[in-house]
Amino acid sequence: MSANNASDLPKVSDRLAYNAMRNWKEKLIEAILLGAAAISVLTTLGIVYVLVSESYSFFQNVSIIDFLTDTQWTPLFDDAHFGIMVLISGTLVSSGVALLLAIPMGTIIAIYLSEFANPKVREMAKPILELLGGIPTIVFGYFALLVVTPILQFFLPSLPGFSLLSAGIVMGVMIVPYIASLSEDAMRAVPMSMREGAYAMGSTKLYTAIHVVVPAAISGLAASYILGISRAVGETMILAVAAGMQPNLTWNPMEPAATITSFIVQVALGDLPHGSIGYQTIFAAGLTLLMITLLFNILGQWLRAKYRENY
Amino acid sequence: MKPLTTEQIRAVIAKGKFRDNLFKAVGVFCLAFALLVIVALIADMLIKGSERFTLDFFLNFASRRATQAGILSAWVGSLLVMLVTALAAVPLGVAAGLYLEEYAKRNWITNIIEINITNLAAVPSIVYGLLALGIFVYQFGFGQSILSAGLTLALLILPIIIVATREAIRAIPAMIREGSMAVGATRWQTCRYHIIPYAMPGILTGVIIGLARAIGETAPIITIGALTFIAFLPPVPFSEIDGGATAGMFDWVMSPFTVMPIQIFNWTSRPDPAFEINAAAAGFVLMAMVLSMNAVAIYLRYKMRKNIKW
Repeated sequence: MSANNASDLPKVSDRLAYNAMRNWKEKLIEAILLGAAAISVLTTLGIVYVLVSESYSFFQNVSIIDFLTDTQWTPLFDDAHFGIMVLISGTLVSSGVALLLAIPMGTIIAIYLSEFANPKVREMAKPILELLGGIPTIVFGYFALLVVTPILQFFLPSLPGFSLLSAGIVMGVMIVPYIASLSEDAMRAVPMSMREGAYAMGSTKLYTAIHVVVPAAISGLAASYILGISRAVGETMILAVAAGMQPNLTWNPMEPAATITSFIVQVALGDLPHGSIGYQTIFAAGLTLLMITLLFNILGQWLRAKYRENY
Repeated sequence: MKPLTTEQIRAVIAKGKFRDNLFKAVGVFCLAFALLVIVALIADMLIKGSERFTLDFFLNFASRRATQAGILSAWVGSLLVMLVTALAAVPLGVAAGLYLEEYAKRNWITNIIEINITNLAAVPSIVYGLLALGIFVYQFGFGQSILSAGLTLALLILPIIIVATREAIRAIPAMIREGSMAVGATRWQTCRYHIIPYAMPGILTGVIIGLARAIGETAPIITIGALTFIAFLPPVPFSEIDGGATAGMFDWVMSPFTVMPIQIFNWTSRPDPAFEINAAAAGFVLMAMVLSMNAVAIYLRYKMRKNIKW
C-alpha cells in the first residue's frame, strides 16, 4: 500500500481486517459443513467397528468352521450351537418368496406406468405407491399375522399360524413400490427415439416395451431388483411378528423359522448382560447380514457395469 | 415369402392390439392390488380397533387388562424421540447436503462421502440398531434412553434428508448464485440468504418423509433395548419428581421410554385376542400419523412443482 495521505491508512487496514475476518468465518463455516458431511463416513466406520470388534470376541469362543457348517442354532441353551446356516435359510426362503412376488409385480407396474398409462393415471399412481412404501413394517407384520395368514389357511389348511410364506408374501407387497418406482425411472430415461424407431417398424406397444425399452433399461432394472433384495434380506418386523422366532433349518416356506433379523430382535427383547456370548452373537449375526447385503450390492454394481448402455 | 393378405394383416394387428390391451389390464390389476392392500389394511384396523377409539385409550398407560390398556406412554415417547431425531438430523442433513452441492471440490474425499451416503441408504435398519447398541448405549453411556433412540433414528434418516436437500439445491439455477456473488456476497452469505430459503420447500418435503419413516421404525429401537412396559411419562422439565427434587430441563432425554411401533409389536405378539383389538387400534393411530405426514409431503411437492418457475 502506498497511500499518500496518512489519515487513509487506518481505514484501509480496517477493511483488510474485516476481509480477513470474513475469510476466516467462511473457512470456519466450510469446515463445519464438511464435518456434517463426514458424519456419514463416521457412521459407516462406526458400524464396521462395532460389528467387527464384537464379532471378533465372538469368534474367540466359536470357531468360524462351526459357525458356517453347524446345522443347529441354540446360542442361549446350555448345549450351545452356533450354526448360522439355520438363520440364513430362513432369511433366504422368506426373501425368495417376497421377490417371486415383488419382481414380476413391480416390473409389470413399472412397464405399465412408463409405457401404457396416460399422464393422469401416472400422477395418481405414484403417490399411491409411495404411500404403500411408507407404511410402517410393524403394521405390515400385524397384517401378515392376523389377516394374510388366516386367508392363506383357508386355501392351505395345513399352514401353521406362523410361516415364512405369509411373512414373505407381505414382504413382497412391501417391496413392490421400491422396485416399481426405480424401474419406472430407468425406463423413462430410455430416449423416445428408440421407441419411435420400433413403432416405425410396426411394433406394438408391448413388443416395444419388452424388446426395446426393457433391454435398454436393464441396468436400472437390475439396480432396482438389488435394492429389493437388500430390503427383503434386512426386513425385520414382518418376520419377527409373522414367521415365528423358532430357529429351523428348512427350505420349505410353509414352515415357521427364525431369520437373522428376527433372531436379533428376539435376543434384544430379552435381558442379556453386556459382554456375554449371547450379546456377542447378535453382532456376529448382524455382521453376516451386512456381508450378505454387501455381496448383493457388489453383484448389482458389477451387473450394472456389465450391461450399462449409453445413449 | 408370400405376401400376407389384407385379412391376415388385420389378424396380426388385432392380435397385437389384443396383447397390448391384455397387458394393460394386467398392469391396472397390479396397481389396483396395491391400492387394495392399503385399503384392506386401514379398513381392517379401523373396524377391529373401533371399540378402542375412546379418550381413555389415548390417556391410559399400558396394562395387563386389554380393555384398560392405552397408548399414552407410547405416543408421548414417539413424539419425544421424533423431536430428538429432528433436532439432530435436520441441521446435519442440510449442512451435509449444502456442503456437497455448494462447497465440495471434485476430489477423493467428496467421492468417498458420496459413495458412503448411497451405501448407507441400503444398510438394513436393524444394523443401525446394533451400531447404536454398541456406541450410544454402552460406549457413550447414554443407556436405553430417548436420546439413544433419537440419535439412532437420526443417523437412519440422514441419507434421506441429504439426498432431498441436494436435489432441492440442484434445482436452483446458477444465475441466482452469480447474481448474489456479483453484488459482493460471500459463499456463505449466498447460501444463507438465497440457496437455503429457495431450497426450503424441497428440504421440508425430505424432512417430513424422513420423519414419517423414523416414526414407524421398530427394529433399531428394539435392538437398543427399549422397554415394552412403561407405566410412567418422562419427567416434565422443572416439575417435581420423587423425593421433592426438581427435574432439570433435559432430564427427559435420558428417561426410559416406549414408542408406538413397540407397543403394537408387544400387543400383536400376545396370544390373547383381546390385545389384537388394541394392536389394531394403535396400528390405526400410527398409520394415521405416517400417512398424514406423507400426504403433507406429497402435497408440498405438488404445490412446489406448480409454483416455482425460474
